[in-house]
Amino acid sequence: MGMIDWDAVQTAEHVQRGEVSAVECIEEALLRIESTNPTVNAFLHVDGEGALAKARFMDHNLTREAKANLPLAGVAVAIKDNMVTTDMPTTAGSKILEGFRSPYNATVVELLERAGAIVVGKTNMDEFAMGSSTEHSAYGVTRNPWDPNRVPGGSSGGSAAAVAARMVPLALGSDTGGSIRLPASYCGVFGIKPTYGRVSRYGLIAYASSLDQIGPLARSVRDLARTLHLIGRHDEKDATSLDVDTIPESPIPTALQSLRIGLPEEYFGEGIDIRVRTLIEKTLDQLRESGADLVPISLPHTRYAIATYYLIAPAEASSNLSRYDGVRYGLRVAGDDLIHMYQKTRQEGFGSEVKRRILLGTHALSAGYYDAYYLKAQKVRTLIRQDFDNAFAQVDLIVTPTVADLPFKLGERDLDPLQMYLTDIFTVTTNLAGIPGLSQPVGLVDGLPVGLQWMGPPLSEDRVLSAASALEAILPPPEWPLSGGIQE
Amino acid sequence: MNLTEKEVRHVARLARLAISSTELSEATQALGRVLDYIDLLNELNTDAVPPTTHVEAIETVWRQDRVVPSLSPEAATANGPQVSSQMFVVPKILDRGEE
Amino acid sequence: MTNQYEVVIGLEVHVELKTQTKLFCGCANAFGQDPNSQTCPVCLGLPGVLPVLNGEAVALAARAALALHCTVNSYSKFDRKQYFYPDLPKAYQISQYDQPLAENGHVTIQPSDGKRDIGIERIHMEEDAGKLNHLGQRLEDAEGSLVDLNRAGVPLIEIVSRPEMHSPEEARQYLVELRTILSYLDISDLRMEEGSMRCDANISLRPLDYTGSLADLPRVEIKNVNSFRNVQRSIEFEISRQRQLLQTGQRIVKETRGFDDASGSTYSQRSKEEANDYRYFPEPDLPPLVLSETWLQNQREALPQLPDELRQHLAQRGVAERDVEVLVQDLNLYHYWSQVVELVPDVRLVTNWLLSDYSRLMNAKGLNFATPQVSADGLASLLTLITSGTLSGKMAKEVLEAMFETGETAEAVVKRLGLSQITDRNAIKEIVSAVVAANPAVVQDFLSGKEKALTFLVGQVMKQTKGQAKPDLVNALLREVLAAYA
Repeated sequence: MGMIDWDAVQTAEHVQRGEVSAVECIEEALLRIESTNPTVNAFLHVDGEGALAKARFMDHNLTREAKANLPLAGVAVAIKDNMVTTDMPTTAGSKILEGFRSPYNATVVELLERAGAIVVGKTNMDEFAMGSSTEHSAYGVTRNPWDPNRVPGGSSGGSAAAVAARMVPLALGSDTGGSIRLPASYCGVFGIKPTYGRVSRYGLIAYASSLDQIGPLARSVRDLARTLHLIGRHDEKDATSLDVDTIPESPIPTALQSLRIGLPEEYFGEGIDIRVRTLIEKTLDQLRESGADLVPISLPHTRYAIATYYLIAPAEASSNLSRYDGVRYGLRVAGDDLIHMYQKTRQEGFGSEVKRRILLGTHALSAGYYDAYYLKAQKVRTLIRQDFDNAFAQVDLIVTPTVADLPFKLGERDLDPLQMYLTDIFTVTTNLAGIPGLSQPVGLVDGLPVGLQWMGPPLSEDRVLSAASALEAILPPPEWPLSGGIQE
Repeated sequence: MNLTEKEVRHVARLARLAISSTELSEATQALGRVLDYIDLLNELNTDAVPPTTHVEAIETVWRQDRVVPSLSPEAATANGPQVSSQMFVVPKILDRGEE
Repeated sequence: MTNQYEVVIGLEVHVELKTQTKLFCGCANAFGQDPNSQTCPVCLGLPGVLPVLNGEAVALAARAALALHCTVNSYSKFDRKQYFYPDLPKAYQISQYDQPLAENGHVTIQPSDGKRDIGIERIHMEEDAGKLNHLGQRLEDAEGSLVDLNRAGVPLIEIVSRPEMHSPEEARQYLVELRTILSYLDISDLRMEEGSMRCDANISLRPLDYTGSLADLPRVEIKNVNSFRNVQRSIEFEISRQRQLLQTGQRIVKETRGFDDASGSTYSQRSKEEANDYRYFPEPDLPPLVLSETWLQNQREALPQLPDELRQHLAQRGVAERDVEVLVQDLNLYHYWSQVVELVPDVRLVTNWLLSDYSRLMNAKGLNFATPQVSADGLASLLTLITSGTLSGKMAKEVLEAMFETGETAEAVVKRLGLSQITDRNAIKEIVSAVVAANPAVVQDFLSGKEKALTFLVGQVMKQTKGQAKPDLVNALLREVLAAYA
């Protein structure tokens, strides 16, 4: 096994022990990016020089003891391009932010760097995180490393693809309706969306503020745990950040026998690709054989989740995206007067999907429609939350497929936004309820990965990670695409 | 609920988007379909259901009234598309906006 | 015709709170700094930022609400009010929409027909916008504008009155009393010329036979008038404009108007026919504001003495009603007054001196009682010289003027000018006897019953003593000496 196969924990341990230098880790990542990124297009920006300079600093100036205290010493990380960084541009995949340079770092970036991680680049995404395929970026599509004709999922497709292609062991994504878990499933990596409020959103470019959460994508459960342990901290700069204990650095070993796991009937009904269903059911059998207690449950308001999501998210987005007006930063297209400047700038700066959602969201909030749309959706959101409250009174965790199908072909769902929206059907509920959700690769069918989703009650990330870790232990080790990297 | 092009034009104006006539009819159709789908919610009687505006059970988060250094005016305006005398320049204003 | 309509006025007053920092970020809340020098990612509305509420701003707002007899809601929330304008960085203002901080208060005014409470509908918190500097004389012909965001995010409260005022004078009284109350709390600079207090007026004319809802009457809003006097002028103009329209059978258009100081007239800014659509919705970035009874009690206890309490107190101390109002309106003057009264217990003497001669001298120098020219101790010792009989009122005035000019103490001035009254009975009696002896004809007049003759004799004594003899003593001694002639 070569360095590129190491997960973040393994990488950090080697650096901490002085067996590998941080520079070697970063060089390895940069070489891999160089060889695979042209096919995948996971990165919008790579700062090789900057990353190497930081690695050199770590190697030359830090004592062994100092390095031993860095839980992610020398680990190359990729950051989704909707988290602001002072050292690199931040575009959120949009033309409207072309050339923007943030004067401050997102809190998560600061926390990762403080832990010894080195940011090598910013990853591609659906513009402003609006999309499920990473086809809606102003800077080109990202391709699935398992099949370049297919989408990596979205909106954190660049981060998922970079981790799957082993360009980096670790990446950050953001998840508003499934944007970490969906690409994690399509690319065959691990990804967790934490409880709303677990991770600071300060420095995350807002899509839908009441739903957005940052989370890690990685190639092992323990990497997710270690990263969430580091970034899941209270932040005074985010009034919605929860002041709670951080999760343990490593998953606590849990016997599957002790777990009561709910299988919601609404997630195992019609419309699931038979190949996905077969593999998920095989995995459920393995859980059962290991002694877990799998029980049928019901989340009766699931069928309203997409409709609810597509009112709340666009409404908040229409507001969050109003600041891109050509006055203080980003693109400006000249106009005869102020209103023309606004209109031309926003017309040219935003892509069609973003404009569609701005129109939808503006409509949902406009005079005479608020009660019928936005308020109605907030009420149904309450019902969806209550579904989960009721379910978690009976079970410890819930398991579902992450997504109903396999990665689709590029362009396949372009013509029908509604069809694209329905891709998120199994993932949006956790955002609406504010609870944690984790996607775990459980194998391949026809050479394409399938993900299983764990859901837990609010702030139960430790339990979710422990269960995922126990399942990870009984499954064969995941495979990774684009083998035969230049080191092998 | 049927959406008219007139409504979409109004919404586009509110959102300061200069959409073309092709986009207008495309958007009217696409949004109409989405809104038709969203009609699904009317199956539910939610009269007695409180809305969820925040999923967390937290309230009253406030900070101390302590000054934190500001950016320099140069840094504050560094990303400005047009800057003069440390201020952002905007073209002439014909309409006072919504205020 | 003029009696067919009732004037209905409602006022919306914005007050900037005097906190150290802005409402949602740690930038200094300071006026008159270099453009964009008090800005950070949050108040610039950069991508990724989040607001965090300033607890002190909530405390100041709550104190204002309590002082204005409002109910402070234990639960309130923040909402986004959305519109595009270059002074509003996020293109939404964080404000409070349907669940404001406080409701149902009042301000008492005193029109000629007796005291009346003007209702306050609500008080809510919101962030201020930045400032636009137009390249050109007026917005209308400016080639462009420069955006300075120092003010963006400064905490504001908006105090919305009920439409319960019926004349420009009532509106003026409401504003004066509102500002007086707020000035006692020391929560704002309250400077209209600097924009730390701003006023919008809503004016409509209600036909006396109209029974419908006030809200349905065409209402004109006059925005951002920059002084109390101009608020009054703009309302006066607007009433006569609307009355004229109605009298000539024209319709009043619901609109926003500006006020032109030079011509004293209002002008149309924007028709409100096409209603604003602010698309309010709850601010997801800020959890709701839940205020405990303990916290509110602390704010109540932090309230200083308020104008009405002071009015009562002064009346009890025997200050004339007219003088009470002068003291209440100028808290610095009142503090000065109470210091002097502490030392010179004659309330009438102190009040008279302070409100007449002292105030006249202060005004002449353009000073106010925040920085008194003569200390309270200094004035007290001057007044003590009057009560002890050392100085006459006329002399005291001269001394006070000198104290103002030179900064000397009263005693020093008296000494330098040799101004003290002659109170030595024997010394005066000697002069009196001499004057009587030198004016036999006048003495004769007096003895034959001409009281006026005494005045002449008093004048002669005063002349000889250079005015320093104590007049009542002179009088008494003259009568005594003259009695011997009778």
